[in-house]
Order: sequence, then structure tokens, then C-alpha cells
Amino acid sequence: MTDLPTDLTRATAADLAGALASGAISSVEVTQAHLDRIAAVDGQVHSYLHVDEAGALAQARSIDDRRRAGETLGALAGVPIAVKDVMTTKGLPTTCGSKILEGWIPPYDATVVSKLREAGLPILGKTNMDEFAMGSSTEHSAYGPSHNPWDLDRIPGGSGGGSSSVLASFQAPLATGTDTGGSIRQPAAVTATVGTKPTYGGVSRYGLVALASSLDQAGPCGRTVLDTALLHAVMGGHDPMDSTSIDAPVPPVVEAARAASVKGMRVGVVKELGGEGYQPGVRARFDESVALLEELGAEVVEVSCPNFEYALAAYYLILPSEASSNLAKFDAMRYGMRVLPEGIDAPSAEQVMAATRDAGFGPEVKRRIILGTYALSSGYYDAYYGSAQKVRALIAQDFDNAYAQVDVLVSPTAPTTAFKLGDKLEDPMAMYLNDIATIPANLAGVPGMSIPSGLADEDGLPAGIQILAPATKDERLYSVGAALEAALVDRWGGPILDRAPVLGAAAAKGA
Amino acid sequence: MHGPDAWSGPEGLPHRLARMSSLSRDDVAHLAGLARIELSDAELDRMVGELGVILESVAKVQQAPTDGVAPMSHPMPLTNVTRPDVVRPSLGAGAVLAGAPESEQQRFSVPRILDED
Repeated sequence: MTDLPTDLTRATAADLAGALASGAISSVEVTQAHLDRIAAVDGQVHSYLHVDEAGALAQARSIDDRRRAGETLGALAGVPIAVKDVMTTKGLPTTCGSKILEGWIPPYDATVVSKLREAGLPILGKTNMDEFAMGSSTEHSAYGPSHNPWDLDRIPGGSGGGSSSVLASFQAPLATGTDTGGSIRQPAAVTATVGTKPTYGGVSRYGLVALASSLDQAGPCGRTVLDTALLHAVMGGHDPMDSTSIDAPVPPVVEAARAASVKGMRVGVVKELGGEGYQPGVRARFDESVALLEELGAEVVEVSCPNFEYALAAYYLILPSEASSNLAKFDAMRYGMRVLPEGIDAPSAEQVMAATRDAGFGPEVKRRIILGTYALSSGYYDAYYGSAQKVRALIAQDFDNAYAQVDVLVSPTAPTTAFKLGDKLEDPMAMYLNDIATIPANLAGVPGMSIPSGLADEDGLPAGIQILAPATKDERLYSVGAALEAALVDRWGGPILDRAPVLGAAAAKGA
Repeated sequence: MHGPDAWSGPEGLPHRLARMSSLSRDDVAHLAGLARIELSDAELDRMVGELGVILESVAKVQQAPTDGVAPMSHPMPLTNVTRPDVVRPSLGAGAVLAGAPESEQQRFSVPRILDED
């Protein structure tokens, strides 16, 4: 067994799992250590929308009791986790970052959450996110932004910036995410953490508040590739409650992460992702990572995906179109907020609906719903949504052609390091450009991962490298990710997060 | 694609819009109505400009080499996925109504759904 650090919040999930299994530590101890950490630093970082101290400790005690009774438990039993607020949790508030769901307590668990509970992971709380996962910074959360632990004035990425900042500030060893256009990978990149968007259908969508159903994919977030693989194995697998769930075993992601080998693999550098618009320091760390992969025995070639240049445009038609339909369910009738219009006696259901949706949705959500309503309008459908669907087919074709030549593709995850809070809030297109490298994978349904590639020279902030694999070959992400991670950590002389600034422990817990 | 004159549906945009490259304030107000969002004047003013910029950018899809390409709606080629038709537990009325803005006699209570005239 690896020696654990004195501060349990600095340990990896894999090491915690080992120490729990051997009886060296209890789940209550680990869970309490993280609750203490949350109390000390979340006032500064604002990663959590809700902390469930009593629930987490009760789950931890139950796991400790079952272990003492000699029960065989899952690999991560007793390791606490943070859950993105897009996933329904029975008895725990689920807001999806929106005022329209403020105070809503779902009557059921998402399948992912059920799997976490069955596997014995105490749920510490729910993490912040852009409203309905629309954004790249958490600034569109109705409850205020989360902050990047590397620089509290900067964004932690989005939409899963609550989960990424939880990991980077050691407020949980693991977290869940969802990725519709990069919401797991881009936050991972800007906080020096790890995140995987599995193959579309690899993890159940049942109980996730849907954004764009043909793009949404839940996935694991961690600080190491192995931790992320262990969580992937818990979250993944077929679910009869999701008709798009893949009816096949979870790919051998943990085995791949442990083997950590790229010998003989063919790695394609995507020519169209990484040129103009990419920050020099991001590009430099990426080039070094590619050179390392070659040293580790991979064969590296350049691959062209000519239609990726249309991906962002197609995405911002397909996503709003699907979102405008999915979000129609927030109608002020069955759950969530209800607001009566001012100055109308005995308003109609329609008037109440319109007043509620004005009061309950933030500006980005309104923008995208109206854009989607337009793109689907009769007379415009072919020019916008129809064309976008054809572009989607071209992008899938680009991936097919690329994977005929190589085993995996790589690119920088995001074009820049974390920008300052407020910098892009007033310019929607500038915000959308953050996802330019991550969006193609969602359109085609292929799996992708981001791991830290180092710190950019010009600002000392984290950059990420993205690895993409063919559909259902998620294990290749972990082979490449773990091999590269080991080489990089060796070069850095320790985990990259050791270089993040120390957060003041005196700060009080925020609202 | 449908030409501008093909429009006829009740939920479509006004006919004249089909020739325009960007959205007017009235267009955005109309779309917001279709989406059941009551926008304030200030919100409308702001939204017109923002949507114009976004639309100009996403129109790029029309430049892609899409001739003869079949549209793709979904990443997985699935059809008619079903579950076994078996009885399983469902939520009770109390659990379902617990989140309702208003309920009465085990039912969702809603504002009037018909106009008075």
C-alpha cells in the first residue's frame, strides 16, 4: 500500500480506496476530512451549491459498518464524491444552476447517482455549473460563479466548473460531470485536472436534466487518470431506462490506465485544432506532450479533419434547437418556480408560463432557447438546422477517415488558459470559442479526455491536452492518458497541482 | 430548401422575414412569444444585437460542402429501442406532487387554460 499523506484530502482516490480496503483508515475519517476542507476553503472557491454533511457522514458510517461486517465492497467504496447539480439526487436539492429549479428536491435518483450509492461513495454535495450547462465559465450560474483555485479571479471552466474547482482545491477526490460540447474537458484543462467524456451512450442519461439529448454525455472527473478510470467503471454501463444507452460492458478503462502504454500506437495530431487563436503557451505544452508520446513509443502523424472548421457553427444550431425543445418542460405547472405576471387579473396558464420563464431563466438560456426556436422555424429549418445536421455527418466522416489512419487523435483541449471572470461574459461568441476543440467529439459521439499538459509560460496557468478515440474504444484514452501523465509527472517532479497556490484556511464558508 | 414563399404554417415567422438576413426587434419578440418567454423591452433590445452576431456566425454551416450528404440527427444508429413490458414500482402521488407549485386533491393545480371570451 502507498503511504497516505497526513492530509487525507491530498491523497488520490486509488490510494484512499486501498487504505479503506486494508482498514488503515475509515470512510468517516476521509469524509470528515473533506467536509472540513470544504468549510475552510469553499467560501473562496464557491464550488458547491449544496453540502450534505449529515448525508455524507451517514453513508460513510454505513460503508464502514458493512466493511467491518466482512462484506465485499466495490473498489471505490467509502471514497467521497461531489456530484454535478445537473444530476437528480433523491432528497437533495437539484437546481442545474437555475433559479427556475431553486429549492426543487427530486423524488428520484439519476442512474449515475444510484450507481454511486450502490458502489458506496458518500455524496459530499452538489457542484456549481452554468445554468442548464450552458456556458464555459460557471458565470451563467444563477448562484454566482465558481473560482479557479489557480487564480481566484479567473474562471474554472464550464459548465462543470464546480466539479473542476472541487478537485483542484482538494474539496473532493472525485466528481461527476456532463459534457455536451466540452463541459467536462475544458474545465479539466483550465484547472490541471482530468476529465473524460465517454462514448455517447456509455453512461446513462436517465435523471440528468437534459440540455441537448443527442450530444449530452455524463462522465468522470478526477485528479489522476487512474482515479478517473475507476470512477468511469462505476458510472458506466447499460441502463434500460435510457434508450440510447450502449448495451455492452464498460470498456476496460481501469486495466488500460494501469497498463499505461502507448508503445506501437498511432497518434494523429489534428491539423485543424491548434493553429491560429491558440495561446503560445498552450501550444508549447501540447507540442512537448506530443514529443513525449513519441519518446514513449507512439508513432505520431498529422491528420486532417477539414470539416472541423464548421463544427462550432453546426453545434450552435443543433444545441439551441434541442435545448429549446428540452427546456419546454419548465412550464410552471408541475415542478419548479411559478411566477404570476404583474398587472393581470386571473392570468392564463400561458401568461404564467411566460412570466415564469422570464423570471426563472438567465440571459444565456433565453438566448439559446430563442435561437433554437428560430433555427427550427418553418422556412428556416433547412437553411439552419438541416444544414447543421449535414455538417454533423461530415464531421463524423472526418473522424472515420482519421481513425482509418490512427488509433487516437490529440489536440490542445482549449485554445487558452483560464481567462478572468467577467472578460467574456458580454460577448457570447467569444465565450463559445472556448469549446472549439472539444465540440467535434460531441457531434460525432466519440470519446474524449483532457489531462494536464503543464503550465503556460506567459501566465503560469494550466493547459490541457485532449485525447480522442473511436466510439466505444474509451480504453485507448486511458492508455495514452496514463502513459503521458506518468512521463509528465516524472518531468515535473510531482503532481502538477502541488504547484497551485495554497488557499487561505481562515476563510469562512460562503453562502 | 423551402423558398421564402413556401411558408404557410401558423407557427412560422411572418412571411416577409424569409428574405431578411438578420432579425428585427419584432422578430425576436415574436420568437420569444413562441418560446413562451415574456421579455422586457431592455432584454429585447439587447437580444436583437446578440442574436444578430450569433446568427451571422452560425450561418457558416451553409458554406460547408454538404451537397448529397445525408443529415445526421444522432450519433448512434438506433431504432425502436424498447424495455420489457413489465410492471415496476413508480412514484406515489405524494412524491410527484411534492415539487408542484400548487396542488389540490392529489392533482396539479394550474391557472385557467382557456381565454374568457
